[in-house]
Amino acid sequence: MFPGALNSEYSHELQFVSSVHPIPTYQVMDTDGRVLDTANEPQVTKEEACTIYRNMLTLNAMDQVLYEAQRQGRISFYMTSFGEEALIGSAAALDAKDVVFGQYREAGVLLQRGFTLPQFMNQCFSNEKDLGKGRQMPIHYGSKALHFQTISSPLATQIPQAAGAAYALRREGSKQCAICYFGEGAASEGDFHAGLNMAATLGCPVIFYCRNNGYAISTPSIEQYRGDGIASRGLGYGIDTIRVDGNDIWAIYAATRAARKIAVEQNKPVLIEAMTYRISHHSTSDDSSAYRSKKEVEDWNKRDNPVSRMRAWLEHRGWWAPGDDAEISKSAKADVLAAFAAAEKLKKPATHHLFEDVYDELPPNLEREKAEIDELLKKYPDYYQVNDFARK
Amino acid sequence: MSGALKSLFKQPMAARLAARSPRALAAAAARRNSSVAGESITVREALNQAIDEEMERDESVWLLGEEVAQYNGAYKVSKGLLDKYGPKRVVDTPITEMGFAGIAVGAAFHGTKPICEFMTFNFAMQAIDQIINSGAKTHYMSGGFAKCPIVFRGPNGAAAGVAAQHSQDYASWYGQIPGLKVVSPYDAEDAKGLMKAAIRDPNPVVVLENELMYGVSFPLTSELANKDFVLPFGKAKVAREGSDITIATYSRPVAFALQAAELLAKEGISAEVINLRSIRPLDLETIVKSVKKTNHLITVEQGFPKFGMGSEISAQIMESEAFDYLDAPVCRVTGADVPMPYAQNLEALALPDAEVIYRQAKRVLNVE
Repeated sequence: MFPGALNSEYSHELQFVSSVHPIPTYQVMDTDGRVLDTANEPQVTKEEACTIYRNMLTLNAMDQVLYEAQRQGRISFYMTSFGEEALIGSAAALDAKDVVFGQYREAGVLLQRGFTLPQFMNQCFSNEKDLGKGRQMPIHYGSKALHFQTISSPLATQIPQAAGAAYALRREGSKQCAICYFGEGAASEGDFHAGLNMAATLGCPVIFYCRNNGYAISTPSIEQYRGDGIASRGLGYGIDTIRVDGNDIWAIYAATRAARKIAVEQNKPVLIEAMTYRISHHSTSDDSSAYRSKKEVEDWNKRDNPVSRMRAWLEHRGWWAPGDDAEISKSAKADVLAAFAAAEKLKKPATHHLFEDVYDELPPNLEREKAEIDELLKKYPDYYQVNDFARK
Repeated sequence: MSGALKSLFKQPMAARLAARSPRALAAAAARRNSSVAGESITVREALNQAIDEEMERDESVWLLGEEVAQYNGAYKVSKGLLDKYGPKRVVDTPITEMGFAGIAVGAAFHGTKPICEFMTFNFAMQAIDQIINSGAKTHYMSGGFAKCPIVFRGPNGAAAGVAAQHSQDYASWYGQIPGLKVVSPYDAEDAKGLMKAAIRDPNPVVVLENELMYGVSFPLTSELANKDFVLPFGKAKVAREGSDITIATYSRPVAFALQAAELLAKEGISAEVINLRSIRPLDLETIVKSVKKTNHLITVEQGFPKFGMGSEISAQIMESEAFDYLDAPVCRVTGADVPMPYAQNLEALALPDAEVIYRQAKRVLNVE
């Protein structure tokens, strides 16, 4: 047969192919937290499951406080993860050294990996302890220690980058994979097409994880694409694909573990499309009541809530008592508020951070400008509010 | 300018093209300089050797791009590399600049040193976000933890008869970006030394080559043949010493500037030609030193006139002590403010050559 389609056979029927059967959505629990097929019962310890659940509650607490903080003008910008807490399941399924390329709504992954509340807060406040040294907008987290690539604003650029990092991992022989998160809207970008195609042709051990949450700011998914979601595209690139219930933490956990095995053992990409619903506004710059009814959001929140489903599962197992929630939520909120207060009080980064890291070494022109600024700060400390900045 | 136009039409086209060929100059250079057993090396060979030597020296260096492996490179710059290093280190990519630039950036973030080839920098516009928003800025935005030791390379600027979408000069676009280093070689020495330095540099580097220079030979010196021969960034080369006027330029136009200097010499005018080599960082010091000697400055580029290299040099010279030494305003010689036409005669009118530089030099010096 032709070089471009080696396995195709001739047909004498003039028929256009179009998708009739949507790719099924893998689910482990129903909305009441009951495992539907006992074969899918997750193999986890009580401690692991409770840690995951506590992280979901902590994520909620952090989101509530920081969203409010933005509304009060104390930080400039924030994005919440309400409705998408089950994402934490994907982080739990990975190895700690697997490399993560996120989009912007993956704070749950960082939390599960061990990013601390102070670290989150320091980045949002852009203070002297910010790992990013005051260079980025809030929620653009990054952590070398946790193998979490710094968040980059232009959408979908992380997709081919994740494939490239995976290629490097493969060459290293490290048996790690990369995981790349993106939304169904970002999947319209050219980088999605280019990244998936190249990951397949190059043989990169990368998990492409699409958070299909129904909205890209105000654009509903029915306006974002005409095909069968993002999952159907994976087949077009020759990539093993699965669609999962993105509010079912154990479905996500199982799918990610299986995907990781394929990626690492066969050195090829895998696509997971996690179907979920964005309870949040897109960000603090968005009021979603402009394009969807509050009732729609409330109905979703009541009917299919990832946190509720996980709690119900824990209770069925006897690993969680109904009263435990209030206590954990309360202590999580207290921890968040304490970290928040501490971060707000810290000074802004020292001014030399303006000039450093443009290159590996300071070029002569920036050395000169840095010296000029230092002189000005010394001469007019009050005008430049020098006390608001750290010294070193 | 009308004098220049008249002279353009005096000679037959072929003779004019031959006159502005860098080959004539390279041959003259070969006769002048000492070389290894009379050997010469083309710019293409110099680039090939640079990449080969650095790949041998450092396992983490690898090459990707369209046609780089099986085809030995669209311009044969990567000839022999697939055979030597295998398909894991010399990678043919599907046609997606945004895709393979993104792959390269991601691989650079994770500890490898990719050389990302664009068939021309015109096509790199399809990858511009990956180059600039990710490649150039991430080290800064990440607080210094995500390094990007990548080289973006390929032909830049005008070729011959390839029209508007294949002829743009991107030196000023990339030169503007903090976080990038940008170099542009002229001859084989530049090509080898700058490419090796670019690959070794832990920062993202853009190497702007020139298609018409690939086949031009230069003397192979023993210095060039050394496997550790690197050229520093931010250091221009005085290609020809002079005392009456400074001509600052980069890439292929260095040849035209040297030719113009020969034409001027016949009339007793001594031109100093500076081969910039490095766009960012720019070696202003060498230009200033020269202007303090000659009191006159012309910049030459093939790119569009507005917001270009000459604009930047002109501004920096005005801000420097060289301002007090100028006897005339800085003159920018550039390509025409039109998308590059295809027809040979129109293309020739859209680009500066030795004649144009020669005439502008005389105008700046107020000489008939």
